[in-house]
Amino acid sequence: MTEKTNENLKEFVTATVGSQLFGLPILRVQDVFAPERLTRVPLASAEIAGVLNLRGRIVTLIDVRHRLGLGGRGDAGHSMAIGVEALGESYGLLVDSVGEVLKLDDAGREPNPVNLDPRIAAVSGGIFRLEGQLLVVIDVDRVLDLGTREIAA
Amino acid sequence: MDDLLREFVTETNESLDVVDVELVRFEQDPNNAKILGNIFRLVHTIKGTCGFLGLPRLEALAHAAETLMGKFRDGARATSEAVTLVLATIDRIKEILESLEREQREPEGSDDDLISDLKRMVERVVAPAAPQMTVGTLTSQVLERPLRPGEVSLDELERAFRETPVEPQTPKPSKPVPAETVEDETSRSANQSIRVPVDSLERLMTMVSELVLTRNQLLEIVRRHEESEFKGPLQRLSNVTAELQEGVMKTRMQPIGNAWQKFPRIVRDLSTELGKQIDLEMQGAETELDRQVLDLIKDPLTHMVRNSADHGLELPSERRAAGKSGRGRVRLSAYHEGGHIIIQIADDGRGLNTARIKAKAIAQGLVSEDDADKLTESQIHKFIFVPGFSTAAEVTSVSGRGVGMDVVRNNIDQIGGTIDVKSVAGQGVSFTLKIPLTLAIVAALIVEAGGDRFAIPQLSVVELVRARGGSEHRIERIKDTAVLRLRDKLLPLARLTTLLGTDTGADIKTDDGFIVVVQVGSQSFGVVVDAVFHTEEIVVKPMSSKLRHIPMFSGNTILGDGAVIMIIDPNGVARALGSTVTSQMAAAESLNMKPAVASEAATSLLVFRAGSAQLKAVPLSLITRLEEIDARKIELSNGRHMVQYRDQLMPLVTMDEGVRVKGEGAQPLLVFSDGSRSMALVVDEIVDIVEERLDIQVASENDGVLGSAIIKGQATEIIDVGHFLPLAFADWFRRKEQPVRAAPGSLLLIDDSPFFRNMLTPVLQAAGYQVTSVGSASEALALLKDGRTFDVAITDIEMPGMDGFQFAEAVRGDPRTAELPVIALSSMVSAEAVERGRVVGFHDYVAKFDRQGLIAALKEQTDIGHAA
Repeated sequence: MTEKTNENLKEFVTATVGSQLFGLPILRVQDVFAPERLTRVPLASAEIAGVLNLRGRIVTLIDVRHRLGLGGRGDAGHSMAIGVEALGESYGLLVDSVGEVLKLDDAGREPNPVNLDPRIAAVSGGIFRLEGQLLVVIDVDRVLDLGTREIAA
Repeated sequence: MDDLLREFVTETNESLDVVDVELVRFEQDPNNAKILGNIFRLVHTIKGTCGFLGLPRLEALAHAAETLMGKFRDGARATSEAVTLVLATIDRIKEILESLEREQREPEGSDDDLISDLKRMVERVVAPAAPQMTVGTLTSQVLERPLRPGEVSLDELERAFRETPVEPQTPKPSKPVPAETVEDETSRSANQSIRVPVDSLERLMTMVSELVLTRNQLLEIVRRHEESEFKGPLQRLSNVTAELQEGVMKTRMQPIGNAWQKFPRIVRDLSTELGKQIDLEMQGAETELDRQVLDLIKDPLTHMVRNSADHGLELPSERRAAGKSGRGRVRLSAYHEGGHIIIQIADDGRGLNTARIKAKAIAQGLVSEDDADKLTESQIHKFIFVPGFSTAAEVTSVSGRGVGMDVVRNNIDQIGGTIDVKSVAGQGVSFTLKIPLTLAIVAALIVEAGGDRFAIPQLSVVELVRARGGSEHRIERIKDTAVLRLRDKLLPLARLTTLLGTDTGADIKTDDGFIVVVQVGSQSFGVVVDAVFHTEEIVVKPMSSKLRHIPMFSGNTILGDGAVIMIIDPNGVARALGSTVTSQMAAAESLNMKPAVASEAATSLLVFRAGSAQLKAVPLSLITRLEEIDARKIELSNGRHMVQYRDQLMPLVTMDEGVRVKGEGAQPLLVFSDGSRSMALVVDEIVDIVEERLDIQVASENDGVLGSAIIKGQATEIIDVGHFLPLAFADWFRRKEQPVRAAPGSLLLIDDSPFFRNMLTPVLQAAGYQVTSVGSASEALALLKDGRTFDVAITDIEMPGMDGFQFAEAVRGDPRTAELPVIALSSMVSAEAVERGRVVGFHDYVAKFDRQGLIAALKEQTDIGHAA
């Protein structure tokens, strides 16, 4: 085991939305939970699935499927949420399912292909080529940045 | 920022606040060595720390101020001028601290101006006679270089050492006891408190809320198991949790004195500036409230104290002339009452200028002159809270009281508080504020709408009304706008689901529901919800930044069952309803007045369409009700459209051929009633209700139309209601009890307003009179001189040139017309005016718009005439 390899290895929490595999840098992930008792928020932007109580904190759930323009809810059964924090506020990213934690060599990260769907490109921090499928790295801050996207759109 | 620097800034700011207060005390009590010692110590500490941290500007300033205060300590008289200079220095230090906090370094700049002023002052305030003899050998202590700013010469230091423990050679302090207690309290509290970042407290609060939720769940579980061994311990846990919650809440509380701290200085500066002597009394400074609320009321309170000192209190000469002591007094007090803190700001000044407020209210069209005459003093005083009553531009010209009070009221409204004013001329004004202790935990009504639950803060909820079709309280509609008739008031209604955009369309037309009557400031409205559950003490949590732009919500909260719900912001809902007319009318109603109806003032007009796209309007005051009936209920009888309405047949009248009575759907109607009879005008669509000055610019040739006026920028036909009434009942103006006139009387109508002439003439004609109308009293007198005879004259009171009173006197003065009955018609009905009318010889006095009263008076007068 060399130090060099360790430095380059980064851990990602994987999640699927639709058929696409995504990865979130593990350092940004607080917890993974199954959303319960979700309260919808009238008049909020469409990406906001609602708010819920997670151990005394109020968490705002962002529907990643909607955020990335992946179309209506697939009936994928139970959806999961990945808890993240930004500027002192708690958010949950609503995904179809959460998979294992992958250790990936950052050197293998590739830039976004130019023809990537702009909505995915807007939140993507690069692509990893895994065996059999591609993993899109999600930039948490950009996913949460709903305002700028609206202006850009 | 450097921790050390941050701590220095915080501590110094606090010390300076104390110095501010103490200096003002010292000025009033210059012999109190304790106070001076305290100030000296604080300034000295600041100076020392500055030197340590390498802040030359601050150090030099503090040093110069300290030197001057050293002179005071040596027995120099603390002149007001000198104290002002020291205060100015402290202000400069605060400025520097502010920028130090921002930029982490001292700002560029020079304080030579202040320092040289201070030095001059030091030379001027020479210590009295007894020279401070220093004993000892000083020569050996002389430094070999000039002193740098901030340094003290060694002999001065030496002298300080020698003198400090010794009581100065000043007379004994006159009131040492209170000073000592204050001193003790401050030092004790300083020793017993520690600094905790607000964030830690907030986190603690979150954890406690979570604990409360968990406890609630446990209680729920135990409730299902009758004989549980957990019962006892859980009860204890429950109690401890409640206490913990209360304890944590307490950590957020701060004494209101924190907000008052700056007042002695403000009042002192104002009194110097204005040449007034002002005593500031503060009671209940220890009364605690949530620091968030404290922050929000700081500015309004400051404004009010300034107002009292500036406008409320008179100059000493005026006070003495009024038999009062030359010293004015401003008294602040605070105490707890229920979940509120009551704060009073009272002065013993001249009181509110009632006449000026009244004049201004009339000038601004808030109330008509005759209505204003009926108001009590305290009702008039309340005008100072009406939005826009005083604006910044007018502050300089208004020397009466109440400057900016509308802004204060607005701020207080925002946090769910109330404000009231009591004023006695010559004795002073007292403002009473009722403020909720905390915004963090509020009582809220939990309601359901569209399947979601929401919390509505209980503070703004006035009452709950159950609305059901056919019951006493039912939802009625003006076009699509729902309203509720509530104790002679029309309450605008809004469905919560509609406001929130969650309605499914299905529930829109149902008239069942719970109406939460909400009051925001002067505006009342009803929010229609599907269900009302209970009241709960909720912990308000700030909303996510992603949701904060939604004006309908003020926050969210976690309910006892663990669910998150949104808290409705009544202010946001009020803005969404956004009808200025409503708030104006509500403001007027809250003062027990009707909206102003003088011809020159704004008139409420109902704008509608009938027959064509052309907008039409009719004064709202003439309409009894607006109805929307099911078109299928309209029956055709004897060639006329009728509808059963309140157990009577009500005839429907169309304005012209163009208007069709609908075959199905909802038919909007304007209902006019007179006594027991009603008729309805069929219209296509009700457009709006507007407040506008009615100025008929183009008279009309068409029957039923008085003329055209510009309303909200659009040409609008003003409808002549008098034309349509007899179409429904030919004898509309001749009631059964009124015998049909054999010889209709002739009538002289005098009114300078073309609108009233145009509106009354057809009404009077319809009643069977021959009407001659003129626009001025002189024209009327000319007609009478020409030998024209009339059975009765009706005259307006307020007219340019000759007014109604003069007209009546002229008529009485001429033997040919002395017998002519004159009826006064005026919007100015006061006891005084009626009395004056009687003196000049009016036979009757009728309020404008009181059509029935006018007809009755006419009948009486002409009958007498005919009988004679």
